[in-house]
Parts: sequence; structure tokens; C-alpha cells
Amino acid sequence: MPRIIVDVMPKPEILDPQGKAIARELPHIGLSSFTEVRQGKRFELTVEGEVTERHLEEARRAGEELLSNPVIEDVVNVSVAED
Amino acid sequence: MAESLPSTEVPLIADLTPDVSDERLAGVRVGVVTFPGTLDDRDAARAVRIAGGTPVPLWYKDSDLQSVDAVIIPGGFSYGDYLRAGSIAAKAPMMREVHRAATADGTSGSAPLPVLGICNGFQILTEMHLLPGSMIKNDHLKFVCTDQRLRVENTETPWTAELDRGGEIVVPLKNQDGQYVADARTLRQLEEENRVVFRYVGGNPNGSRQDIAGVTNERGNVVGLMPHPEHAVEPGFGPSSSGTEEVAMRYGSDGLRLFTSLLRQIVAA
Repeated sequence: MPRIIVDVMPKPEILDPQGKAIARELPHIGLSSFTEVRQGKRFELTVEGEVTERHLEEARRAGEELLSNPVIEDVVNVSVAED
Repeated sequence: MAESLPSTEVPLIADLTPDVSDERLAGVRVGVVTFPGTLDDRDAARAVRIAGGTPVPLWYKDSDLQSVDAVIIPGGFSYGDYLRAGSIAAKAPMMREVHRAATADGTSGSAPLPVLGICNGFQILTEMHLLPGSMIKNDHLKFVCTDQRLRVENTETPWTAELDRGGEIVVPLKNQDGQYVADARTLRQLEEENRVVFRYVGGNPNGSRQDIAGVTNERGNVVGLMPHPEHAVEPGFGPSSSGTEEVAMRYGSDGLRLFTSLLRQIVAA
């Protein structure tokens, strides 16, 4: 079944406490290349048949109206999953 | 007195009979909305009853406000905090009615519905955009449970009219997503319009911008705060301190004044 991916990230100006905690932990497992970590969310919306422009439009609406809170988050990607 | 309690309220230890029952206060009906995952609806209902009013249970799937005079959105973890705290509850049928009543024009001379959101209720009100800003995880990433001192910054809302502006209260604070955030413009606007209602005192427990613990909307009828006034309404079961005086262990009941304030504002209106 085809899927539409919606990615949501905290706005750049919003501190991301979870990302910070992850960034602090990485050196403890021997990974020291990363200067910053930000944590977002990925949603997979499955549709029947081919993905149409209407499906994408509904996915964008889902992203704006439910999957993200525009006060603290941005929808950074709405696209068809490449399987 | 146990037999006089409604079926929604199982009698516990305390005697809920007000010292002097006031029929006018008892006539004030305050709705308390319950969602799947709500925890503090019964405490909020008890707070209304102890203050002398009549709590009215409201179910999130219903769309009838049952002619209540005010609504409390209580704390808890509606929908397990899935997606974002309060985000799914914000879309419930009952919340559509609350939104409508809270933003009503009041052309018949009636004021818009007073609404109080506590903790998860505050999160729900921000997700509905009835209140500005949002809550993210505490800056230290830990759950907080403490008796929290707050400064009262705004006494022009029905929920705070009888508090002392600049005075302090102590009520419990217990949450994981309690860090209040908003963009710089919104924060400036909140300060300029005196819409910060409560501010943390004695240390910021969660990283909230400008120590903000609670805010109100432009018209002042909707108030949201992260700490829990409904857990500080009854001597013997509250915090061990008060914003105004020394109290015996667990005798802090500063939170009660929000509920008595609301009831008397409605009676006086």
C-alpha cells in the first residue's frame, strides 16, 4: 500500500530538551562527531491505490491541523514514500 | 452526609459540607470535563463543592454544556499524552462547545463562559488556541511533583478576582510537559497586556519562559495554569505551606480561593 510521509520538527527557535539529552548521550557510546541533535516526528499515512494530489492535499492538512502544533513545530516534509 | 453526595462523588474521609451553605453559591453550576486519561476531574469537582458550588460532570463525547455557568478542564494525561499533550482531547465534541461558549459575543449581555484549564487542561486550551503559547517537556526532562509558590499577577479574571494582586499562593505542581513556550512577540504581548496570571516564585521548576505558570486570553474569561489549585482546597490534604501565613502540615488551602472567587463573581454578575 502506498504511503505518504509527513515529517514534523520543533521550530528552530524552540529549545528541544529531548534532542539535547540525546546529544549528551552520544559521546558515551563513542560517537563524538555531532554538535547538535534535534528530535522530530515522522508520520506514515497509508492510502488505497495510487497516491493522488487529493491525498497529498489531505496529508498537508493533517500535518497543519493535527500532526503539528504551529506554535512549536513546523511540517518540514510531505512526500510519497519510496519503497 | 454521605448520602447527600451525587453518585459521581464517592465520599472519602473529609466532610465536604461547607461551613455556611449559601444557596446562591450552590446555584452556580460548574462543568468539569472528563476525557479518557483524565485524572483530576473528581478533585476539581470536590474543589467546586467545597467552595460551595455545584459541580456538573461533562463527558468529552457529548455536545451539551448542560447550561453550566463555567467550565473546568482538569489535569491528567488525556489520550496518554499521545502525539502532543492535549492535542487529541482538543478536538473532542465537548471542546467544540466549550470553544463556542468561551468565544461567544455575548450579544444578550451575557459574558463569555469562564473556563479554567489546569495542567493537562491548560495544554488542551493551548492546543485549541484559546490560549497562546504551548507546553514542551520540562527543561530537565524529569517529572516534577512539588508544592509550588506562585505570584498572582492578574486579578481581573473571574478565577482570580478575589486573590491579592502581587500576593502569593502555594499549590502542588506535578507534570512532565510543563515548560511554557511562546515566540518573542507573543511573550511581549502577554506582558504588555497583563495577561500573565501566575508566575513561578522561588526558582523556575521547568524552564518556562519568563517564569510563566499561567496565562489568560484577551477577554480574561479563559485562564490556564500548570499548577493544581484543586489539590489545595482542604485543610489536612494540601501543601504544608501557604502564600500568606504559616500553616500546619498539609493544611495549605490557597487553591480554594480560585473556586470561591469564580462562584462569587458569577453570583455578583
